[in-house]
Amino acid sequence: MFHRLLSVVRRQRTGRGWQNWSSGRSGASAAEAHSVALPAQAQVVICGGGIMGTSVAYHLSKMGWKDIVLLEQGRLAAGSTRFCAGILSTARHLSIEQKMADYSNKLYQQLEQETGIQTGYIRTGSIFLAQTQDRLISLKRINSRLNVIGIPSEIISPKKVAELHPLLNVHDLVGAMHVPEDAVVSSADVALALASAASQNGVQIYDRTSVLHVMVKKGQVTGVETDKGQIECQYFVNCAGQWAYELGLSNEEPVSIPLHACEHFYLLTRPLETPLQSNTPTIVDADGRIYIRNWQGGILSGGFEKNPKPIFTEGKNQLEIQNLQEDWDHFEPLLSSLLRRMPELDTLEIMKLVNCPETFTPDMRCILGESPLVQGYFVLAGMNSAGISFGGGAGRYLAEWMVHGYPSENIWELDLKRFGALQSSRTFLRHRVMEVMPLLYDLKVPRWDFQTGRQLRTSPLYDRLDAQGARWMEKHGFERPKYFVPPDKDLLALEQSKTFYKPDWFDIVESEVKCCKEAVCVIDMSSFTKFEITSTGDQALEVLQYLFSNDLDVPVGHIVHTGMLNEGGGYENDCSIARLSKRSFFMISPTDQQVHCWAWLKKHMPEDSNLLLEDVTWKYTALNLIGPRAVDVLSELSYAPMTPDHFPSLFCKVSANKVLFSSFLLVLL
Amino acid sequence: MSISALLSMGRCCCRCCCPRGLWMLSAPCCDDRRMCVCPGPRRIGIPVGSSGLPLFSDAMPAPAQLFFPLLRNCELSRIYGTACYCHHKHLCCPPPYLPQSRLRYSPHPAYATFCRPKESWWQYTQGRRYASTPQKFYLTPPQVNSILKANEYSFKVPEFDGKNVSSVLGFDSNQLPANAPIEDRRSAATCLQTRGMLLGVFDGHAGCACSQAVSERLFYYIAVSLLPHETLLEIENAVESGRALLPILQWHKHPNDYFSKEASKLYFNSLRTYWQELIDLNTGESTDIDVKEALINAFKRLDNDISLEAQVGDPNSFLNYLVLRVAFSGATACVAHVDGVDLHVANTGDSRAMLGVQEEDGSWSAVTLSNDHNAQNERELERLKLEHPKNEAKSVVKQDRLLGLLMPFRAFGDVKFKWSIDLQKRVIESGPDQLNDNEYTKFIPPNYYTPPYLTAEPEVTYHRLRPQDKFLVLATDGLWETMHRQDVVRIVGEYLTGMHHQQPIAVGGYKVTLGQMHGLLTERRAKMSSVFEDQNAATHLIRHAVGNNEFGTVDHERLSKMLSLPEELARMYRDDITIIVVQFNSHVVGAYQNQE
Repeated sequence: MFHRLLSVVRRQRTGRGWQNWSSGRSGASAAEAHSVALPAQAQVVICGGGIMGTSVAYHLSKMGWKDIVLLEQGRLAAGSTRFCAGILSTARHLSIEQKMADYSNKLYQQLEQETGIQTGYIRTGSIFLAQTQDRLISLKRINSRLNVIGIPSEIISPKKVAELHPLLNVHDLVGAMHVPEDAVVSSADVALALASAASQNGVQIYDRTSVLHVMVKKGQVTGVETDKGQIECQYFVNCAGQWAYELGLSNEEPVSIPLHACEHFYLLTRPLETPLQSNTPTIVDADGRIYIRNWQGGILSGGFEKNPKPIFTEGKNQLEIQNLQEDWDHFEPLLSSLLRRMPELDTLEIMKLVNCPETFTPDMRCILGESPLVQGYFVLAGMNSAGISFGGGAGRYLAEWMVHGYPSENIWELDLKRFGALQSSRTFLRHRVMEVMPLLYDLKVPRWDFQTGRQLRTSPLYDRLDAQGARWMEKHGFERPKYFVPPDKDLLALEQSKTFYKPDWFDIVESEVKCCKEAVCVIDMSSFTKFEITSTGDQALEVLQYLFSNDLDVPVGHIVHTGMLNEGGGYENDCSIARLSKRSFFMISPTDQQVHCWAWLKKHMPEDSNLLLEDVTWKYTALNLIGPRAVDVLSELSYAPMTPDHFPSLFCKVSANKVLFSSFLLVLL
Repeated sequence: MSISALLSMGRCCCRCCCPRGLWMLSAPCCDDRRMCVCPGPRRIGIPVGSSGLPLFSDAMPAPAQLFFPLLRNCELSRIYGTACYCHHKHLCCPPPYLPQSRLRYSPHPAYATFCRPKESWWQYTQGRRYASTPQKFYLTPPQVNSILKANEYSFKVPEFDGKNVSSVLGFDSNQLPANAPIEDRRSAATCLQTRGMLLGVFDGHAGCACSQAVSERLFYYIAVSLLPHETLLEIENAVESGRALLPILQWHKHPNDYFSKEASKLYFNSLRTYWQELIDLNTGESTDIDVKEALINAFKRLDNDISLEAQVGDPNSFLNYLVLRVAFSGATACVAHVDGVDLHVANTGDSRAMLGVQEEDGSWSAVTLSNDHNAQNERELERLKLEHPKNEAKSVVKQDRLLGLLMPFRAFGDVKFKWSIDLQKRVIESGPDQLNDNEYTKFIPPNYYTPPYLTAEPEVTYHRLRPQDKFLVLATDGLWETMHRQDVVRIVGEYLTGMHHQQPIAVGGYKVTLGQMHGLLTERRAKMSSVFEDQNAATHLIRHAVGNNEFGTVDHERLSKMLSLPEELARMYRDDITIIVVQFNSHVVGAYQNQE
């Protein structure tokens, strides 16, 4: 029923849009459009006609790029975009995400006016309920961050909640957050409106055209192979949603885009006896794991359950999306939760349980940016169930990135380069998304570590440290000890340790810090990214002098702390460089910089076979000997004198047995 | 349910009732079905409501009291003349000429199981009688679960990039002790140098020494028998030059499944001799290794080695004692080798391998993949009669037991049924004192004319897996004597597919309100959770085997009673149960089929 309704509505509404594109191209009717041959070349090819692809096309065309082709394997806005619940919420945990959602909100609001296509945009506001004090703290944190960037929101009492929403049971609430400017939209129509506007700006849109793979030459995108022929292009944008992973791997030089789909369920009901007003606020009851919005006088309610069902692990074609089964047994906890929150719904008639797969990433943040290996290959996918909220903003940032070389905001937290190769295994992703999806509505306390897909990389000292009581965190797939639990101390179980207050490990860390400050400590820093840059002539020095802000022409054995800057003068990377010989440098940078730093160096290094960049992270175990008494320890271990005269600060020595000492770092081969 | 009802329901689980007359002089006792104190009480049909059994209707720990009146009856009824006193499972019966007073608990626990004289029963039951008060005592469901789950183990064949490419999905295993210590053993391992997986259950008797040794060693013998000539050479060269050995097996062990450290060197040397012989025997002609032949050779060779090690002895007194204990105790074995669609089952004794087949209509049927080697098997009776002279035809199997003593007709160890009398005497005399003091080892079975009477040679069954073959149950007789094979397969089948049994709900065109749907779902969930109390198919099966009532459903009260039996009595109500449930991957099996 819902399918039919929706498709009827869409046909009526979208008819106009379609005609626009067709006439924009050649005046042919929509039906004939399929047989129209693809252009032989374009500047940009975008794959995916969902909210992301259309948003990127819209923004690129607005910024003046005209030679753009958008390809969609099925119909426009027919994948997750069509099934999505259409809630636009600016209450996000990262401020970059808040900014994207805020921009999307403003964009969608004026979209109807701009394109003439109804987008179903209604400013309903949303209310985030707190059943516990901890949840309220979490909401307060979001609230203050929202206010900083100028989005109105306030913490309200349960009584106020009852006034804002007629059906809510507020007896078990301790408070709530009200974000009055949040909205609901019809997501498919938003995508169609964006496509229509883009089309008016000259973007050519072809549906029922599948991208087979992207052609790459010398690490640069050269074209796209589709089932309807080839298109030469400079830029390729992968907005294929849950198929982005497979599409990325289909290249000869695979681009790994770590994401995995999970089934997601929401319920549609028939209208209430007194239909809900269209501006009834959206409810998010994270403790009950559900969201509720009004939908045509009835309600639409879904949630993020504790036991997600990953799907498409082995890859499937899109047709099967339509045939996904409703699973009522799986939905039961969410239904219970809904009836507890709105007891009056008990007699409301069910219309449908919709199963719409959503895509999740290993760290619950979306994936945006350029591939580290293939230049001109851009990605925008993995929305973690917030595609509508991020669609406008993310599309804009990606378009800015392509046009200007970098987006107007720092999007490092969303950059594709934050992932390493190890995080793209299908098994890893399947396990990790099962943890990520429930986390969407779990309490997000500071310093929380993922528990699945661990121990991808470990230091050679892992077992020894573990035996010493190490508690581990993961960075870029690498296990790093957080702190060491003394034998006589017991920490809380994982679930109980979630707190916004002083954590139980605080005293342990305090004593460890004291030890570093007042005595001496060894820190296993093997996870740090290590590169070696060597050349036959002075090329290494030249390129490093160009890339880094500090002077690197120092005597052999010296260490320089410096940063890699971009054209705007911003920091790309922060690192230490040791000059091992006149023509070779050893670079140490943070763990999660491995992919990004490599890509940055590669991009800016001249093509020169005599200039060698090598990733030696695996080759070295790094131990950091730190503290005022570090020198005493070193002199015990080495024959070489360690007085400040012989071993000044920021200085390193390579001794015969291939141990690299430095005044603050000790690298073992 | 009263204990008397409990008792009258089952069959005797004791595998070694004494022959008539054997106890005449020493232990005047009850006879026949009514009065036997043989710890196979389930065979005794005690007349319910008999005047001599007033305590029977009490709840636990009534079983302790049960034996008191029985023994008194025994005292009174010398005229019946025959006693069964075997506390032990397969074997019992100290020689009749021994004065009763010499029958004492052996100081060594391993020997304590060999025989238990009557006085101790008396003291024991007396003591019990005063100590026990007829209060009700039940285990709570969590306590029951912790007992049932103590030995459970699950192994899933690791997925390779989201796909399982093995024809075995994994297995669940579990065991529930009745003897203390348990005499059953289980093993599971993946062959690393050849393909395939080995799984086996071993039921020990007269102690656990033999089953322990077989569980540690047999898979190595099988794996070595399966190895191609080149790999054997490679391994031998590695040993010769002191290099690291290629790993042969990857074991999948529960923490309670231990390996004897002390004997590993000895075992390794025997194994090495075996592969050296295999290398020498290789003529280089046939490269194909027949799994069936390999299994038979491995079984026979291991039994031979057990026998030889006991004859040769060991300078280390601990080891010397160990190898003798291994040889004088016995064990049956039921081993499955799965490699792709080829399933071989090698069976020696009365454990059983049962294949669960799902018919097209979704129902379950059982296919037996092994033959029991006991008196219920006509072919085995025939074989025994043929192997021995005509005049022994009557004595070779008496009262459904081999020489009137041993229930399984094939087994590892049990040299009492294999060695000549001379050899037995010689070994015992030269053996350590503990052995000499023990009456059981000295006792020669009656009518012992033409040894060997017992063999470890397995019967090997081959089955080519089909997509409808969903799982294989390997279990010791402790399971099969309490449950019919059809029930076993049905219970496991329904457990494994339970998820799919409930049809998914679809709203379709009906008018359903949220409240109605919620009620329906809550009901369904309640039903599901009772099915999925167990995460392990073997545990689920044991729960049914021990706790099933007349209606085939688990009765918590009964389960609680059975599990709270004191250690000394448990054996009388049930046998050790060991189960391995191997689940097959129908997709992979189907793919194999399609390839051909």
